[in-house]
Amino acid sequence: MAKKIYVKVNADFDADGNITPRSVIWEDGHVFEIDRVLSSCRRASLKAGGIGIRYTVRIGKRTTYLYFEDPAWFVEGKEVG
Amino acid sequence: MERVILHADCNNFYASVECLYNPSLQGKPVAVAGDPEQRHGIVLAKNYLAKARGVQTGNPLWMAKQLCPDIIFVPPHYDKYLRFSKIAREIYSEYTDQVEPFGLDEAWLDVTGSGIMGTGKQIADELRKRIKRELGITISVGVSFNKVFAKLGSDMKKPDATTIITRENFREKVWPLPVSDLLYVGTATTRKLNDFAIRTIGQLAAAPDDWLKHKLGKIGFMLRTFARGKDTSPVSVMGTPPKIKSIGNSTTAPRDLVTDEEVKITMLVLAESVAERMRGFLFRAGTVEISLRDNDLFSYTRQKKLPYPTGNAEDIFKAAFELYKVNHISGKPLRSIGVRTCDLSIEKEVQLSLFPNIAHTQKIDRLETAVDSIRSRFGHFSIQRAVMLTDEKLSSFDPAAEHTIHPISFL
Repeated sequence: MAKKIYVKVNADFDADGNITPRSVIWEDGHVFEIDRVLSSCRRASLKAGGIGIRYTVRIGKRTTYLYFEDPAWFVEGKEVG
Repeated sequence: MERVILHADCNNFYASVECLYNPSLQGKPVAVAGDPEQRHGIVLAKNYLAKARGVQTGNPLWMAKQLCPDIIFVPPHYDKYLRFSKIAREIYSEYTDQVEPFGLDEAWLDVTGSGIMGTGKQIADELRKRIKRELGITISVGVSFNKVFAKLGSDMKKPDATTIITRENFREKVWPLPVSDLLYVGTATTRKLNDFAIRTIGQLAAAPDDWLKHKLGKIGFMLRTFARGKDTSPVSVMGTPPKIKSIGNSTTAPRDLVTDEEVKITMLVLAESVAERMRGFLFRAGTVEISLRDNDLFSYTRQKKLPYPTGNAEDIFKAAFELYKVNHISGKPLRSIGVRTCDLSIEKEVQLSLFPNIAHTQKIDRLETAVDSIRSRFGHFSIQRAVMLTDEKLSSFDPAAEHTIHPISFL
């Protein structure tokens, strides 16, 4: 089962209300710049347990999901237990 | 043109949402349980694993535990259920503007004019896929040519399934079902019908006129119309408020209410909530009704016409408390209390009385409206009657905010 990890996010809010995440700040303070947002849509995360707008983002060479649960952001952490 | 009606029903709604948020519950028997401390200790919803062990909605928690010792109880999170319900409706509304919610977890959709989105079955299948993907829960969908059969269809195959009932197949599919499966055939009606050997929906469809009239009255004809597949009620357009006939709130108190003072506090909270909701619709009430249930679980209702229509909590409370004083002669401790107003009219149309007490009522109305606005800005408990502070255990609930989740009547 994956862990639900809430993360700090820097995001742009444009005048139409569109939200574009720019960087993710990890628990240890490490900043991951988001190179590109590949897509966004409403999705449930069955792994971490939650619903929200799921951003598919490219960080360096990795593609990962970032969920906006309004008002918080989370990622699906590594498998535990 | 033949109508195409869908009925979408979220499977084990509360339990499914809880299991989604807590993936460690997957594969275990789970029930969403009311708070036993508040004496709401019953099963509000359960998942399929708990259901398979015989646990039913409404079971006291000890009984559920007996049936299924490894059951996991989780507390309800109404804010989440409201959020899920709202998103589900948003998804439905992408297919038609005729979406009529029935409680938090059910809705009818009229997709007769949504041909470009696909047939009824295609839309139903797509809805199932989307709800699963976007909300992580499953729905069952019934597709039919009227609302009653669509609802029946969504009950026939669960979870995550589409059931189609057509004019051609309803005699085979619907008529052999027990009559209690039909909308509005509750336990009392089922018993009455069974007494006369009417056990299936098909038998109800064939019931003779005079017998129906004699045994069930007007409602009998309506049920037979349902059974024959001739229900023509429309699916209302989204956002159209339903015709409200009464507004009420009730509560099971955290402990039995013994003294008048305790009853007073509870009734005041309920009356304030009812008045607040009425003001939202600019309603005035002509009648106040109370329902009482004592510690032997004996319950009854009494009502009273008001001298003039009113909308404020003070008048509603006074009438309710008077009803209690006059009628509760057994003096038994009360377990739950309900306050309801009916005979509603719109504020603007109220005829003005020549009597001076109107001026007083208007003053109270202004006062309570001011309280509403303070509460909407700073929270419900930011301003309270002093009497509420004498027993905060009894007064610390906000029915107007907490209890808006029950399905409104279909009739």
